[in-house]
Amino acid sequence: MTRLSRRHLLGAALPTLVMKRTLPWIVPLLILLLWQVAAQTGLLRENVMPAPTAVAAALWKVAANGELWRDIRVSAWRAFTGFAIGGGLGFVFGMANGLSGLSEKLTDSTLQMVRNIPHLALIPLVILWFGIGEQAKLFLVALGVFFPVYINTLHGVRSVDRQLLEMARAYGMSNQAIFWRVVFPGALPSIFVGLRYGLGIMWLTLIVAETISATSGIGFMAMNAREFMMTDVVVVSILIYAALGKLADTVARLLERTCLSWNPAYVEA
Amino acid sequence: MNVATFDAYPDSTVRYSAAGAHLQLRGVTKSFGANTVLHGIDLDIPPGQFVAIVGRSGCGKSTLLRLLSGLDKPSGGTIEIEGATTGWDDHVRLMFQEPRLLPWQRVAANVAVGLSHAPRGADRKREAQEALEQVGLGTRGGDWPSVLSGGQKQRVALARALVSHPRVLAFDEPLGALDALTRIEMQALIEQVWQDKGFTAIVVTHDVSEAVTLADRVLLLDHGRVDMDVTVDLPRPRRHGDPAAAAIEGRILDRLLAR
Ligand SMILES: Nc1ncnc2c1ncn2[C@@H]1O[C@H](COP(=O)(O)OP(=O)(O)OP(=O)(O)O)[C@@H](O)[C@H]1O
Ligand SMILES: [Mg+2]
Repeated sequence: MTRLSRRHLLGAALPTLVMKRTLPWIVPLLILLLWQVAAQTGLLRENVMPAPTAVAAALWKVAANGELWRDIRVSAWRAFTGFAIGGGLGFVFGMANGLSGLSEKLTDSTLQMVRNIPHLALIPLVILWFGIGEQAKLFLVALGVFFPVYINTLHGVRSVDRQLLEMARAYGMSNQAIFWRVVFPGALPSIFVGLRYGLGIMWLTLIVAETISATSGIGFMAMNAREFMMTDVVVVSILIYAALGKLADTVARLLERTCLSWNPAYVEA
Repeated sequence: MNVATFDAYPDSTVRYSAAGAHLQLRGVTKSFGANTVLHGIDLDIPPGQFVAIVGRSGCGKSTLLRLLSGLDKPSGGTIEIEGATTGWDDHVRLMFQEPRLLPWQRVAANVAVGLSHAPRGADRKREAQEALEQVGLGTRGGDWPSVLSGGQKQRVALARALVSHPRVLAFDEPLGALDALTRIEMQALIEQVWQDKGFTAIVVTHDVSEAVTLADRVLLLDHGRVDMDVTVDLPRPRRHGDPAAAAIEGRILDRLLAR
């Protein structure tokens, strides 16, 4: 009886698992197929949108001659250095203003005012200040990443359970222990929201900055290809941006899931 | 004056004596701005006594417990524990109505929160494990708090309070959120660890019958004063629905409802 029902369960579970894995891929594959057909029949002109196979060939070419790797390295360096600076500062200010009323009174309203300026609107000014060198891009990325990390860290610290803080004091925890065992882990879910949001802004800022002014990086690769009407390479650079963005988000999600494994909301079903 | 207490526990390796501490409150007042919540409380609680505090909502029960656990300072008067007016915070543990476990620490680590100063490493683990076994959760040390039931979480909170061998254990309606059956189980558990350890127990409760079942002495707090001080001199273990207990309960309830 039990053996029978177990076999039945397994038999039912296997196809559903396969279905679950494959189902989300059907639509993208279908689109790819349509795209290929449209390009080959001439419905899509090549200088508008080259066929997937042509894009793959272009990817192969830039990857083989080493150009691609150099540009990815440069772009990734800009992205993560800017992110580290902006995110680090956002974290520090968020923590300081969440923990200390004095610090909050001193800086929060100023920061909230600056937040209302869209950071990309500063591009002309930033080019005047830094030229088109690395600092300009790092500055823009850092500025863009700062606010989501700042605001979410602040929110996280403020929303730490008062009752837990009181318990920690009643149990004689030192201020340092209270920070590391109560405040920081309590704020962590919110900090992760800020990080992931910041990652999105990081790529967006970098794309804009590199497209407008750069002599290397993926944005430069795209603009350079545009001058020579190499639509396939332009599409390749767009796809690379997408892949890098996805990679960063996946890493962040993985990190989130490991750090927040105590929270039933983050455990995979 | 505490010689007898210490002689009962000659084992000097116990960091805090497992025996209860002597509490003396003299003219303790507490005000929040213009609102005076406690109007001069005088109390003498002998070592190891089990005291229950009852009273209407807002009469200052939680405020009194917060003073006893060192979370707040009295506005006037003195609190002496074992004759000392300060530095006794470590001897007193407070259990709240909610378990207040750190959700990001496993059960054993939550219990070890109670050992804020004392041992490190292996000793810490062993003590936490012992405390968990006392509350019947010896096998759950590796779980996250989120997978425990409400009653189990409150047991973990009890283990966390017990692990440092407090000489005074104060409970602020620890069972208020539990269902009737779990409540009776927890009452029995609290009574049993109190008998084992001999700490001075102070339980705030809304439930007069719970107070009479558990305590040696019931204090009725009203408008920041001790309005009634009843000794419950009944043999333990006490059965629910004992007529002698019911009589005492009736007297306290009459007084509570009289105003
Ligand atoms: N931090 C505070 N600031 C101002 N007023 C306070 C504070 N804490 C308590 N009070 C006031 O003190 C009074 C007594 O509060 P307390 O929490 O001690 O009551 P309680 O007897 O525990 O009531 P309950 O049974 O509802 O828990 C209340 O009027 C409350 O508003
Ligand atoms: Mg209360």
